[in-house]
Order: sequence, then C-alpha cells, then structure tokens
Amino acid sequence: MSADTEWEMVIGLEVHTELKTATKLFCGCRNAFGDEPNTNVCPVCTGLPGSLPVLNQRAVELAMAIGTALHCEIRPSTFHRKNYFYPDQAKDYQISQYDEPINADGWLQLPDGFRVGIERAHMEEDTGKTTHAGASGRIHGADYSLVDYNRSGVPLVEIVSRPDIRTAEQARAYATELRSILVASGASDGKMEEGSMRVDANVSVRRSAADPFGTRCEIKNLNSIRSVGRAIEYEAERQIALIESGEQVVQQTRHWDEDAGRTTALRSKEEAYDYRYFLEPDLVPLVPDEPWQAAVAATLGPMPAERRDGLAELLSDGEGGPSGAHRDQIVTVVDLGLDGLVTAAVAAGVGAPLALARTANEAATRADAARRLDRGAYVALLTMESAGSLSATQAKAVLGELLEAGGGDPAAIAARLGFEAMSEDSLASTVGDVVAAHPDEWGRYKEGEDKLAQFFIGQVMKATKGQANGKAVVAELQRLKG
Amino acid sequence: MTAPSPAADLAGSVRSGARRAQDVLEQYLAVVDDRESEVHAFNLVLADEARGRAAAVDELVASGRDPGPLAGVPIALKDNLCTRGLPTTCSSHILEGWRPPYDATVVDRLRAAGAVVVGKTNMDEFAMGSSTESSAFGPTRNPHDTTRVPGGSSGGSAAAVAAGFAPLALGSDTGGSIRQPAALCGVVGLKPTYGTVSRYGLIAFASSLDQIGPFATTVADAALTLDVIGGHDPCDSTSLNRPAPLTLSVLDDGVDGLTVGVLTELLEGADPDVAARVRQAADTFAAAGAKVEEISVPEVRLGLSAYYLIAPAEASSNLARYDGVRFGLRVDAEDTVAMNTATRSTGFGDEVKRRIMLGTYALSAGYFDAYYGQALRVRTLIIEGFARAYERCDLLLGPTTPTTAFELGSKVDDPLLMYLSDVCTIPSNLAGHPAVSVPFGSGADGLPVGVQLLAPALQEGTLMRGAAVLEAGAPDPSATVSAGKGGRSAS
Amino acid sequence: MSADHRLTREDVAHVAGLARLHLSDEELDLFTGQLASVLDHAADVASLDLAGVEPTAHPLPVSNVFRSDEVRPSLDRDELLGQAPSVEDHRFRVPRILGEAP
Ligand SMILES: [Mg+2]
Ligand SMILES: [Zn+2]
Repeated sequence: MSADTEWEMVIGLEVHTELKTATKLFCGCRNAFGDEPNTNVCPVCTGLPGSLPVLNQRAVELAMAIGTALHCEIRPSTFHRKNYFYPDQAKDYQISQYDEPINADGWLQLPDGFRVGIERAHMEEDTGKTTHAGASGRIHGADYSLVDYNRSGVPLVEIVSRPDIRTAEQARAYATELRSILVASGASDGKMEEGSMRVDANVSVRRSAADPFGTRCEIKNLNSIRSVGRAIEYEAERQIALIESGEQVVQQTRHWDEDAGRTTALRSKEEAYDYRYFLEPDLVPLVPDEPWQAAVAATLGPMPAERRDGLAELLSDGEGGPSGAHRDQIVTVVDLGLDGLVTAAVAAGVGAPLALARTANEAATRADAARRLDRGAYVALLTMESAGSLSATQAKAVLGELLEAGGGDPAAIAARLGFEAMSEDSLASTVGDVVAAHPDEWGRYKEGEDKLAQFFIGQVMKATKGQANGKAVVAELQRLKG
Repeated sequence: MTAPSPAADLAGSVRSGARRAQDVLEQYLAVVDDRESEVHAFNLVLADEARGRAAAVDELVASGRDPGPLAGVPIALKDNLCTRGLPTTCSSHILEGWRPPYDATVVDRLRAAGAVVVGKTNMDEFAMGSSTESSAFGPTRNPHDTTRVPGGSSGGSAAAVAAGFAPLALGSDTGGSIRQPAALCGVVGLKPTYGTVSRYGLIAFASSLDQIGPFATTVADAALTLDVIGGHDPCDSTSLNRPAPLTLSVLDDGVDGLTVGVLTELLEGADPDVAARVRQAADTFAAAGAKVEEISVPEVRLGLSAYYLIAPAEASSNLARYDGVRFGLRVDAEDTVAMNTATRSTGFGDEVKRRIMLGTYALSAGYFDAYYGQALRVRTLIIEGFARAYERCDLLLGPTTPTTAFELGSKVDDPLLMYLSDVCTIPSNLAGHPAVSVPFGSGADGLPVGVQLLAPALQEGTLMRGAAVLEAGAPDPSATVSAGKGGRSAS
Repeated sequence: MSADHRLTREDVAHVAGLARLHLSDEELDLFTGQLASVLDHAADVASLDLAGVEPTAHPLPVSNVFRSDEVRPSLDRDELLGQAPSVEDHRFRVPRILGEAP
C-alpha cells in the first residue's frame, strides 16, 4: 500500500489482559470464563450499597511480573475512580490506576530486534458483560439488553505502548510477542478468543518521519492478531485518502467491524468524556518494596527473546548465526512454547536442526498436544531417528501416536507399526535391485552426478515403503561405486 | 466514683439470669408504643425480629452459655447500616423496598455480643443533613421539644436513645452526624478514630470521612459499645489492623495531670449560653485536677468550606450506583440513560441532588484544582494545626454545636445556614480524630447543651476518661431526664 | 477556569447531565443560586495559596492492605436477582442502550 512508500504510519497499542488469578481483583468471587450468568457475584462486584473493595495480592504480583518482563520500573502506586455511567459498570465508576501506575517506562523487543517503548502497565477492574436482545444481537437496533456481572471486577492489566510502531506488520509482531510474554510470565492465558487479551490501536499517518505526528484515531475491538493488522491497514488507508483528497483527519474513537473489514466512528474528541478521576478513598496506597519485587522477579522463567537467543546459539554454524529458515522455525517454536522440546532433545545429543525441524514442522501442527507431551518420549523418538533406527517418515508416524496418547514408548510404538530398521543385507539387496533397474541413472551417478543420490534414495524409499534410512542408502551407493 | 452503665447493668442481669431478655425488650417496646408516633425516631420497628433474638439470648443463658457483653440489650440502628433481608433505606425513596443480601460488620458484632436490634432509625437522606428533615419519610422530632429538630443526620438514633426507646443506638458521623444530634437530644455520642470501626455494610456518604459510632445515655455505655463494635475487619481496607483501643477499662482514671485546651475557634459564633456551658466544663476539668488553657488552631476555620467540597465530591461518586439497574427504585423509560435519569431524579431528594451536583462540579475538568484539590490541601493544614495543639494538650474542649435544638423548618430553605450547624464537629472528621459529645446541662431555652471533647488519633481511652469527668460534673440532669426515665425503667 | 468563575445556570445543567439528574427550569434556578452561595463561601479555601502544601486525600497513614487469592462463596443468585427491578434469564434487564461506554 502507499503508506509503505510515501507515507509513514505512527502506531501505539493499548492491550488489556485479564490476569490468571483464582479470584477477582477486589472480592473473593471466582475469576472464571463461561460460567452460568451471575453465579460469580457478591455485594462488592455488583456494586451493592455498603460494600467495599479489598485488593487481591496475587493480582498485584502478576501485574509486577508483567512489569518485570517488560523491563518496567515498578513504583509505589495508587488507585483512582474513573466515573461514568454504564450498565456493565456495577458501581458506575471503574477502579483503575491513573497518574501513579504500578509499572512504567519499559520496553518490548520484537524478534527482529526492534524495541517498542512501554509507557505504562497499570491495574484496573474489568466490567460485566452485556448481551443485546433483538434482531441484530448488536447494541444498535437492540430492543433491550441483559447484564451478567460474572466478569465484573476481574483483574486486568492495561499495557500502553509508546507510539514507536511504524507498520501493521510490526503491530502484529508486537501483539504476538506481548502475548507470548504474558503467557510466559504466567500472568495470562493469552486467549484472545475468550477476551483474555483485547487490543486497541492508536493510528496516525504522516508524509515523512521528519513531520510531526498526524491527528490520531483510536481503534477499538481488535480481538485477534489478524484483525490488529487488518484494522491498522484499513485505518491508515482511510486517513491517507482523506488527506490526499484535501480533507482532514478528525481525532476520534473508531470501532473495527471484522465482518465488514472497516472502521466506523464511535465518538469524536469534542465529545471527550469528563471522568472526574479522584483517588479511591476505599483503598490504600500500594508500595511494593525491594524484597517483594525481587521475590516476584525470581519466579519468572526466561522470556521468549532470551529463549530464541538460546536456540539461535544452538543452530548457529560458526559466526553466521542461524539461517533464515531456521530463524522462522525458532520464532514459531518459542511462540508456541515448544522450545523446551528442542532444547531437551539437543541436550540428549540429537542434532539441533533435526530437533528444531521436527518441533516446528510436526509438533507445532498440534501445539496443545505437544505442550502436554512427555518430554522423555519425544527425546527418545528423536534419538532413534537421528541414530538411523527410524526413518523420517516412520518418526513422524510414531510422533503422531505419541501426541495422540500424550506419551508412551516410541520403540514399542515403532515395533507395533512394524517399523524396525532394515538389516544391512536387506538394504544392500534392495539398493542393488534399484541400481540394476536404472542402468543409465546409475551410469551418470558413477560419472559423478551426485545429485542423483536423491533419485536412488527416492526409489529405495518407494521400494521399502519409507523404512530405509537415507544416510544408509547413500553409504551403500558409495560402496557399490567403489 | 464509677461511671454509671445502665446497658452494662442490664446485660449483667440478663447474663446472670436475674432478668429475661424478652422482658427487657417488652419494657422498651412499651416506651416505643407510647411515644414513637410523636417522635418518629424509626423508619422500621423490628418487634418480631427482636422478640426472636431476645428469646434466643434467653435460651443461651438457660443452657448455661454466655450471650456476651451486651446480652439482651436493645439497640437501634441507623437506617444506613445493612441488615440482611431487612429493609435498609437511608431514608431515601431510591432504596425503598431494598433488602440487602448481607449484614454490616457492626451488625454481626452486635449480635455476637448478644445485643437485640429493635429497629432502623430515621436519618437525613443518605446522611446528608443536620436536622433529619431531609428524610424522604418525614422528620424526626426532638423528644425534649417536638417542635424542635433532633439534629442530624443520625437524628433518629439520637432521639431513640433520648426518648428511652433503646438504651443504645448506632449512628454514622461524616461531619458531625453523631455528635451534633447527641448534643441536641442530650445524650452521649461518640465518633471514633477513622479506621477503628469497620465501614463494611455502612452505606457510604463520604468514604474518607464516614465513621460508625455509638449513642448512649452514659459515657460508660458508649465506651462498652465501642469496645464491642471496634477492631480490625479484613473486609474494610481502611480498617486499622490493630485492636480497637479499649476504653471501658480506663474510664475511672480521671484527668489529674492531663492538659485540656479550650479551642477558641470552636467558641466563635457559639450562642452565649452554649459558650457559658463550655466555660463551666473547663472549670469542671480544672476542679478534677487537669491543667486548662486556651488554645487556638486557626486552620479549623477553613474546615467547613473544605468539608463541603470533599464530602460532596466523594458522595457524587458513591451515589452513582443508584441507577435503577441492580436494586432499589427504577422509573422506566425508553432507553437506559433516560431510565437512569428518571430513576435518580425521582428517587433522590433536593439535598442529595444539591450535594451530588456540588461534588460533580468540584471534581469536573477545569475546577478540580481550584476546589477539590485545594480542599485536600486544607485538610493537611488542619491535621498539622491539631498536631501543634496536641504537642501541648492531651484533649481539646469546645461546644458540639453553636446552638441548642432549632425549630423544625427554620433552616431547610437555606442550605448554607444548615451547613453551619456542623462547624464545630467537621474538623475532627477531616483529621480522622476521635471526638465525643457529652450532655452538659441545658441552654437558656431549657434544651440540652452538649460539650465536645476532641483527642488525637487512637486516644479514645483518654477521650472517654475526660468524658466521664464531664459526665460526673454535669450541672443539670433535667436535660437528660427523658433518656434517664427510659434507662431507669429498664434497669 | 477556576474559583473566580461564578457558577452559572449552564454549569449546573451540564453537571446535572453528568450526574444523570433532570432538573426543571425552576429547580435549575433554585439550585444555581444555592450552589453558587456555597461556592462563594468556599472561596476562602479556593483563593488560598497552598503551593507548598501536600494534599491529604485520606486520614490514614496505611499502605499495602491485601486479601489472599482465595475463592469465597458467591451470593445466592436468586437472592441477588430478587432485588432487581427487571430480570430475564438470570441477567439484569435494562432498556435499550444507545451507545458504547465513553
Ligand atoms: Mg483502561
Ligand atoms: Zn464479588
């Protein structure tokens, strides 16, 4: 699109993530998705008169974990009331951190090394859920609406990036990387489809990086990584078209319509709402001291970037670093949280390229099962394959069974499937037959046309239904060549 | 001498089996039958509920178990304290018919101590007022003169104790709502240190100022009640995580060697007869061995203005939830905004609307710094001013109110004039300090006068020692005669 | 804008809107006068120079009050919904909502 050439996008993302606590932020009600309506509710989270909030310590620790993972400064902080009337807001105000957030001034590094600044990552409570009754099922044209407060008071952390993002691709990468950081830090399950992670994007465009920022629009309702990219592309195009046709961009909040593939205006800055923020008098300041911060940091495992570097280390041939193909596979396995399988296999002596390939190409296609898979079994399987006692085809078949069962003894499975490695002589005789059947290919191979090795391997595999080991075939061919 | 404690004596006789809680209750209910129609202290009398409780207390005694320090003692609750399954209205149409699904922490503690809740008392709507005239259910009248107000906002609780409907009552004090009606009704009213009594289940007016406290006919009964309801509550983040200061045990320690400062700013604007009683109270302290001196804390003059910005600001947010969605009144309309608006415009009275608008304005963009922000800084000045005074004094003394009980209707049309009746009590709320009003004779009109004692945070012990001395030296018992009648007839 | 701006009828109308209150013309006049006089009285506070003074939003010098992340029993749904003005399949029913949350 033209924005990539003459125009530059300026993008900042606001990500709301639900925290993986047992209970809500200010009361002991269950924090659970998909329960019967209004079954996880109490006087506090339904805003009954006389009820008072008490802060969930676990939620604070998960917020601190996010701040630590995003290299933020963890600060003494307070809670404010954000006052506005809405039926899903039980008290008709939201308790949120305002001018003193718990996390500030951090950064997130994308896999390609680009750093996006993090302005703040603050705590706040979620709202209830409203369903709209009537023909459309949407808020507009609904006859009336129904409110369920199960989600009311669920702990959220809102992560606000600086406007450092310049392309829709970077925005997708940021959202993807942030998602895996949130999962890796144990703070969130990252399930965008269940609303555990919700993205708003602030988008503006300018003719060159030298120009000041243009007028921005905030796009709401981005519920998948894909829609993040699509919405930003659309919105930038819209703004560019406006400017190029001599019109002006109006600062607005816009709604992304996934089906229609476009954004529509919700309200403009002129109607900016007066929230009358003031310090929440029912709560006291939150002051995380050094020992507490250290204890939380100590619970954090390595973050995705560090894990990618570790794999790159294993894959780098000399100073060159991993190949492009390898780099993509590394990003995939880390993003899916399958890098543990690779490192375990390599630690057991399996070649890094094989371990990475099996994990990124096969295990990744069934990531959930792969995350549950017994590591020992996976390592044993790859060890058999790299030792040549299983062919690639056989190994993949055995892996399929392991993922199905969540574990097992690969050798036993291989035996049951009738995969034993071929004996030396039966391989030799098969290779002999194949060579005899293709005299002129054999002739050219003997003349030094090495790539024909692949042709013979293919023929042998066909003859043995994939049971032969490629390396062993080549060795036999060399021997016959003399 | 030992401070008189009719409620404690009553509990003692029930615990010993000398008297049945049910008989005690009937005696008080008879007084209610006799005078409630003229006083209107209650929004709801819980006779049947109370009879059940009293019977349960008697069963405990019969089975050899101890019902607790308030065994069988009838108590009236301000109608902003949540009682599970029982109407709780804040004297507002917007909560008419609402039955909370939970009990306030203080209600749990009273029941655990054996107390018997006899009813929910009338109040200014959402505790916003100084005369109980802003109640949606009509005013309460002063038992000493039914043409006069009982004060407010806890006017029903003060009147209930003064009329002998119950020996004890609970109220809430945001800017004087316990002490001012206690003074006008001639009973003892105590506002504890902020954080001493849990606010869980107290329907909020201004969260950083609200505090629950007792009404009683004597200082010792007030101390006993505070000892029962006070103490840490994990359901209230602002509840102090320490045992409540035990006040009952130190009541008879006297004031010998203490320094009492007469707070001159509180005497400004006080009627001469009221001021005279304060001077007389000072002499009582001197006679009891205290060092008495005049002291000035000029910052308290700013208290009223700061209070009428801070309290409405918090209230405007606290009262947003009355939107017709989850509980209470709904006035139907085409869409939700119209429904919210119709519900709130119909359900709230004028004083509540005034304060919501005042507070919304004080918090709104462009005015926040000039009003709310400034008020919070004044709050700091007042705390610092008190700190200076308490470097020299153990207690501060002044009037509780500038006047005795005023005529019904005399201030309803002039909000500012009404607000001025809290001028002496507000500073303690802004500072979060404890203060108590003790009956001290009557004014020129023969109506009760209350003198106010102030103490630093958590010095309830010293505060109540001083109060006991004032009680012993109080000039004119006639001011508390009707309360005494109820108290005596029950003991 | 600050304290030297005297409260107008329009201010009161705007604030009433924010607070979801409807005022008749008579009420608007009455409240404008009454609130203006209260704010005039507050001028003594508004006009002070308190540059160096820290605000006190809360009388307590307390921090770090928490609850542990343990599930406590929820309300009985029927008891909760039984208090609601309008309910439909276990949810709180409200009239049409005209716009998204601000
Ligand atoms: Mg937010
Ligand atoms: Zn809850």
